[in-house]
Amino acid sequence: MKKICLTVVGMYFMLLHAFSQVSVKDTSTYKPKKLKLDEINLVSSYYNQTADKSAVMGGRTDSKGIGDVTDLANGIDIKFIGWDGKRRKNTLTGGIGIDYHTAASQAYVDSNGHARNNGTRIYPTLDWSIENEKKGTEFGIGAYYSAEHNYYHSIGLNSSFSKKTHNNGEFSFKLTGYFDQIKMIKPSEFIPVDSVKNVPTTDSIVYITTASGRTEAINYGTGQVVGKGSRVKTPSQARDTYTASFSFSQVINARMQASIALDLVYMNGYLGLPFHRVYFNNGKDTIENLPSQRFKFPIGIRLNYFIGDNIILRGYYRFYIDNWGLVSHTASLEVPIKITPFISLSPFYRYYVQTAAKYFAPYEGHSPQDQYYTSNYALADFQSHSYGMGIRLAPPKGILIKSLSVLELRYSHYTQTTNLAADMISLNLKFK
Amino acid sequence: MMKRNALIKYCCAVPIAGLMFASCAHVKEYQKSRINDSEMSLANRKVEKGEMNAQSYREGSSGANGGKTGGGCGCN
Repeated sequence: MKKICLTVVGMYFMLLHAFSQVSVKDTSTYKPKKLKLDEINLVSSYYNQTADKSAVMGGRTDSKGIGDVTDLANGIDIKFIGWDGKRRKNTLTGGIGIDYHTAASQAYVDSNGHARNNGTRIYPTLDWSIENEKKGTEFGIGAYYSAEHNYYHSIGLNSSFSKKTHNNGEFSFKLTGYFDQIKMIKPSEFIPVDSVKNVPTTDSIVYITTASGRTEAINYGTGQVVGKGSRVKTPSQARDTYTASFSFSQVINARMQASIALDLVYMNGYLGLPFHRVYFNNGKDTIENLPSQRFKFPIGIRLNYFIGDNIILRGYYRFYIDNWGLVSHTASLEVPIKITPFISLSPFYRYYVQTAAKYFAPYEGHSPQDQYYTSNYALADFQSHSYGMGIRLAPPKGILIKSLSVLELRYSHYTQTTNLAADMISLNLKFK
Repeated sequence: MMKRNALIKYCCAVPIAGLMFASCAHVKEYQKSRINDSEMSLANRKVEKGEMNAQSYREGSSGANGGKTGGGCGCN
C-alpha cells in the first residue's frame, strides 16, 4: 500500500515538473549586413589581326586596304555583397575597362595615310541586383559608359528580372538601351580644304584628317604642322539600340543542364560609319550609306553535359536573322577535361557562317544608282573557324597567395574566308 | 525563299527546345555536385570576353550569348 502511494506521489511530481517547463525564447535576431568586398576579377587580352579589304579603304585588296589590328584590353570588376533588413542579398558590381588599339586602316581616314593609327577606349560599368532567395526572384539595374576617339560617347542602361521555378529552372528577362553619339569623321577628301584657315595652298602643303576628325595642314617635307583646322566641334549623329532579352535555363538531370536565349533588337539612327569608303563601279568613291533601322533576331541554345567524373561537354548553337538580309549560324563545342579536381584543360572549336547583307558589295561592286551601299566585309558572306585551348587553375588554398582563387589562361586562333586571321591570348585572375 | 526557310528554322527552334526541357528529372540538392561545378555554368567565361568583343566587330551578327547585341561602341 505504502509503495503504491509513494509511486502515485512520485508520478504526480513528475507530471508537475513536465507542465512547469518554461520554453526558452529565441533571443537571437536577424541583422542586416553591410556591403562587403566579395570578389575581384582582372581580365586582360591581347589581340593581333592580319587582314586586307579594310572598310576604311572600301574593300581594296592592295597595300592601302591592309586591315591589320592589334588590341590590348584590360578590365577590372569588383563585387560587393550585403544583406538588407528584408533578408535580401544585394550585389553591387563596379568595373572599368581600358582598351588600346592600333589599326593600319585608321591611318587612311586621311587619303594620304597620315592620320593617327591608334586609339584608346575607356568604359566603366555599374550594376546592382537584389535577390530574394526565399521567393527565388532577382531584380537588377545597370549603367554603362564608353568613350573613344571616333564617337563622343555611348551610354548604356539596363534592367533585369529573373525567377526560379520549383523544378530547378529559371526565367530571365532583361531590357537594355545603348545611346551612342557617332562623330561624323569623314575621309579627308570629303572635308572642304578651306576648313583650315590662314594656310595658303602650295605644293608642299598637305591637309590631313586626324583620327579625331580635325583637319591639319602639314609641311610634307618637314612633317611640321603649319595650320590647325577650325575649333568647330565635329558634328555627330545619334545611334540608339534597344534590346529585349529572354532566357530560360533548366537542370535536366544530375549531369545535364541547358538554356535557351532570345534577343529582340531594334537599332535606329546612323548605323554606318562616316569614315568607311565605298568605291563605285565608275571608280568614284563615297561614304557608305546604310538604312537607319535594323531589326535583329538571334536565338541561342546551350547544353552542358558532365561525362563520367572528369569531362564536360559545353555546346552552343545560335541562329541569327535580321532585316538587312543577313542570316548566320554559329556552333561551338568546348570540352573541359579535369586533369585533377583543381586543374582543367579546355580545348574548343567554333564554326560560324553568314550570308551577305543585301547592301554589301566588294570593291567597285556598287553602282552609283544603289540607294544603300557598303563594302565593310563584316557584312559580307563568309565562314570562320576558331579553335584553341584554355587552362584553369582553382586550388582550394589559392595560387601563390590565398586570395588568388582562380587563374584562367586562354589562347584562340581565328580565321575568316575573307583573308582575315587573328590570334588572341586572354588571362583572368579571380581574387576572393 | 531563303528568308522563308530561315524563319521556319527560327520558329522550329523554340518548340524543339521546349520539348527538350519538358523531359526533366527532379534533381535534389545533394545530387547537384556535378551541375554546380563552375565549368558547367550556362554562361560564357569571363576569360572569353575579348573573343566575344572581337567577334562582334568582325562578324555581322551578335546576341543570344550574354554579350552585346549592338551599339555601345563606334562600330557597325
